[in-house]
Amino acid sequence: MLITRVMPCLLMSRGALVKTVNFKNPTYVGDPVNAVRIFNQKEVDELILLDITASSENTGIDYDTIEKVVGECFMPITYGGGVSSVDEMRRLYALGIEKISLSTTAVSNPNLVQEAAKVFGNQSVVVTLDVKKTFFGKYTVRMNRGREDTKQSVADIARQMQEYGAGELVLYSIDRDGTWSGFDLELIRQVTNQVTIPVIATGGAGKLDDLRAVVKEAGASAVAIGSMAVFQGKDLGVLIKFPKLEELVGLFD
Amino acid sequence: MITIPNYGMGNLGSVANMLKKVGGACEIAATYTQVANASKILLPGVGRFDAAMSRLEELGWANVLREKARTGTPILGICLGMQLLAEHSEEGNAAGLGLIPGEVRRFRFDGQAQLRVPHMGWNRVHICKRHPLVNSLDQTAKFYFVHSYYFECREQRDHLLTTPYGQHFTSAVQRENIMGVQFHPEKSHRYGMLLLKNFVEL
Repeated sequence: MLITRVMPCLLMSRGALVKTVNFKNPTYVGDPVNAVRIFNQKEVDELILLDITASSENTGIDYDTIEKVVGECFMPITYGGGVSSVDEMRRLYALGIEKISLSTTAVSNPNLVQEAAKVFGNQSVVVTLDVKKTFFGKYTVRMNRGREDTKQSVADIARQMQEYGAGELVLYSIDRDGTWSGFDLELIRQVTNQVTIPVIATGGAGKLDDLRAVVKEAGASAVAIGSMAVFQGKDLGVLIKFPKLEELVGLFD
Repeated sequence: MITIPNYGMGNLGSVANMLKKVGGACEIAATYTQVANASKILLPGVGRFDAAMSRLEELGWANVLREKARTGTPILGICLGMQLLAEHSEEGNAAGLGLIPGEVRRFRFDGQAQLRVPHMGWNRVHICKRHPLVNSLDQTAKFYFVHSYYFECREQRDHLLTTPYGQHFTSAVQRENIMGVQFHPEKSHRYGMLLLKNFVEL
């Protein structure tokens, strides 16, 4: 049987590693290459690297940093940020990236998801949906780092992405990002009820029990942790870390 | 020196990176002569079976690989590279390299809705026999898989590792100097390094 994956979700901005709270106030937490080297030693299952300024501030895809990261990365890696064409995707796969995440582009141009799935296979295409709960309690997908509301429900867009050929979905809760307050189980449930492709939950992880809950109670296939992987604790200093293997063994049984 | 034939199927950078990390010298081969003179061959591959075989036939490398196999050069196929060692695949009509008797089949899980294809993620291996390639691997070993097809060996003695996914499928094969692994050692950190190190030291 497949082992439930737990992975760090690292945010990059202009070649530096940062961490946000509710998608705002990026705090510098170090050098991506160095962090990946540490995660490598800690034998993490997989890694997600999202460049949060590549598209929203038009800084473009930072191939140099990505190449250095991949050179240190002896586990599968998903990259997202600023990808808008099949040619860019081809270049990233050639560098050794396993999967590419499309976010704003996936929503504004779903044909790219379809084309990419056809050219590179579904397993290589991930769609990351940034989600915020509205005042009326509806979960809608947002674009451009949360600034633009599509007003479409996350369940609808998730279903649509699956039809277009996405191999996996990352659900990123803007409300829980960097808060250590646990995953938004209701959000994850609304999507896992609607799709058959794996759903990776992110945004809100603060303790091991949160990871267990989102898998066992909300049906997530995998979990990504942000703050937990780069801070010592809530409101504490930077520390690149990861739960020990012994702590994860049996957590999802 | 390990030769990695570059026939345009998948990224070779990651494999070369890990070989360097475990102390193995390697060259990415672009010419017929390089493949023909190889002392040890690592055959990676991502993509479709037919596309890979027709590329190898076009380059004239399929016959070189068969000849190298016959004369005892150690060959390790990875992922699609392992499947190419078989005689045929359900993924197409092209003949495989035919170095290990068997067929490549697609995963089918009737009535087991919870099992998804592709089989993607980390999974365990069960060791079927002793061989230097799997030296020092233990029960905690896990490897990263991404595939929709698997190798069905005709002969029991060719099984090296099996992995549970619905049924137990063959996740590594070995017959004399020919070896293949279905998973990606280059993306399976410590365990992948151990396996590639074993290959370097063969």
